[in-house]
Amino acid sequence: MKRRVLPGLPLALGITLLYVGFIVALPLGALIYKAGTLGLEDYWRIVSSERAVASYRVTAGSAAIATAFNLVFGMALAWVLVRYQFPGKRLVDAIVDLPFALPTAVAGIALTTLFAANGWLGSPLASIGIPVAYTPLGIVVAMAFTSLPFIVRTVQPVLEDLDPALEEAGQSLGGSDWTIFRQVMLPLLAPALMAGVSLSFARSLGEFGAIIFIAGNQPMSTEITALLAFIRLEEYDYQAAAAIASVLLITAFVMLAVTNFLQARALRYTQRS
Amino acid sequence: MKIRLDNVVKTFDTFRAVRGVSLEVASGELVALLGPSGSGKTTILRMIAGLEYADGGAIYFDAEDATAISVRDRGVGFVFQHYALFPHMTVAENIAFGMKVSKVKRSKTAIATRVSELLQLVQLEGLADRFPTQISGGQRQRVALARALAVDPKVLLLDEPFGALDAAVRRDLRLWLREIQEQLGITTLFVTHDQEEALDLADRVVILNDGVIVQEGSPQDVTRRPNSAFVTRFLGDTNRLFGRVAGGRAEIDGQAIAAPGLADGAAEIYVRPGDLDWSRSGEGMAATVTRVIDRPDSRRVLARLANGDAVELDVSPETDVARGDAGFLHIRRASVFAAPR
Repeated sequence: MKRRVLPGLPLALGITLLYVGFIVALPLGALIYKAGTLGLEDYWRIVSSERAVASYRVTAGSAAIATAFNLVFGMALAWVLVRYQFPGKRLVDAIVDLPFALPTAVAGIALTTLFAANGWLGSPLASIGIPVAYTPLGIVVAMAFTSLPFIVRTVQPVLEDLDPALEEAGQSLGGSDWTIFRQVMLPLLAPALMAGVSLSFARSLGEFGAIIFIAGNQPMSTEITALLAFIRLEEYDYQAAAAIASVLLITAFVMLAVTNFLQARALRYTQRS
Repeated sequence: MKIRLDNVVKTFDTFRAVRGVSLEVASGELVALLGPSGSGKTTILRMIAGLEYADGGAIYFDAEDATAISVRDRGVGFVFQHYALFPHMTVAENIAFGMKVSKVKRSKTAIATRVSELLQLVQLEGLADRFPTQISGGQRQRVALARALAVDPKVLLLDEPFGALDAAVRRDLRLWLREIQEQLGITTLFVTHDQEEALDLADRVVILNDGVIVQEGSPQDVTRRPNSAFVTRFLGDTNRLFGRVAGGRAEIDGQAIAAPGLADGAAEIYVRPGDLDWSRSGEGMAATVTRVIDRPDSRRVLARLANGDAVELDVSPETDVARGDAGFLHIRRASVFAAPR
């Protein structure tokens, strides 16, 4: 082996691989293995059952809406935190991380209380005909809450590094604010936004604790896929639980792969010839 | 396009960056704003561009009051110190940006033609499809210039345009910028803290300190007739000696220097290293050589006067002088200012 100047490679690499192997790959492998013990026909029957498909629709649909909301709101929040000085800025900055720190069940109970028909926000919303708790909208609210930090925290550092002179250059060349945002800022933020979106979406797909309190959990309408897998687990139907979970796993994996690809494309200008 | 600044003021929080600057730039003139950092030179340039709004005073473009016009509508080309090229756009796309977003609609072919014209002007024909990270610093600065020129600005403003470049590249770009400016006849202002750059390039040099203009004039004016100790020191290496003025003449160690119009009293005498002669015997200030530095075109002699003051002088490369030698310094030319009280 060649001599290296930096110490600790074998040890660090060994620990890393061991960790990834035992803590990440092994459970996922076991999940796939368990699902694999089903025959192809049984597997297909379980994952394409009416109730399962309805849960995918609820989960993916809500996750998409929550992510879209966070994309706009998270970017605005990152923008405000980077570009402006105002009293309480540090507090706002700290609050952004709260969904990470808070146990999701606590978040779920808090959101349910807030958005229930007699809650502070729920009652005015219900009075104008928008019930939130125990509806798909409640799922969106819970997902948006738990995944907000992803977009803010991926966009914020990129925005901080963005030279304000780029905007000034755009202005001096006669570009409108909208043109500069769309043609200069957005392409430069795109890789970070995509990373944030994919993390936010993946987190929303897998969110459980916050949602089950607010969702109502009615099969076919407000039952998320993770809950369905959990129900199968409680019925000791491990194979079915694994099969349903594998759908979530594959979806998340494919989506991360796609965003990685898009990200590499968006970053092609950073590569030297 | 003629530019006129009338008593322009700018304050950041409590820092008074520009404290009443009035300046006129003739059409087609190339003017350097020269000063140390914090002198307000960049702020002045940015106010002319519309990237900052003046707190007081007015800025006129010809007869038009441009003080409140936004940067978009001011019709200036601005070149940033660190280029500010759009990293996700190719060289050609960067140059085309201003034409594409302009209210004046241009056809695709008209834009493409103009882009290739500009690439030719800045001598980067082969690099149209490169990204900014794929070209050198000097090339980036030329792209930035082409991008600024693409929208046919009435005024060209450059903020420390060569600050981030190697010395050799900087010299080449300087000559090249001067050629382009003469070719286009565009009114140009640039900011620099490098006195050599200002003197090399500009028709007129405006020297700033602490947010006010301390002297303005041709390179010859400011170098030969500096109006203050600050300007003298800022424009290049100089020795400060202390003497006395009596009857319009400054006197130091038996040498008399004309100091017309100066009141009697203590004076500072500034002598550039090239304006001191060295001799082994004769008249002048007695000095002992402490060190000799050899440079390509001269020898820099560091010496100590009898009173302990250190002085520096340049002698021809052939001069035979070494550490420890004793001799005499004769002042050939000097600037005399009253000593600050």
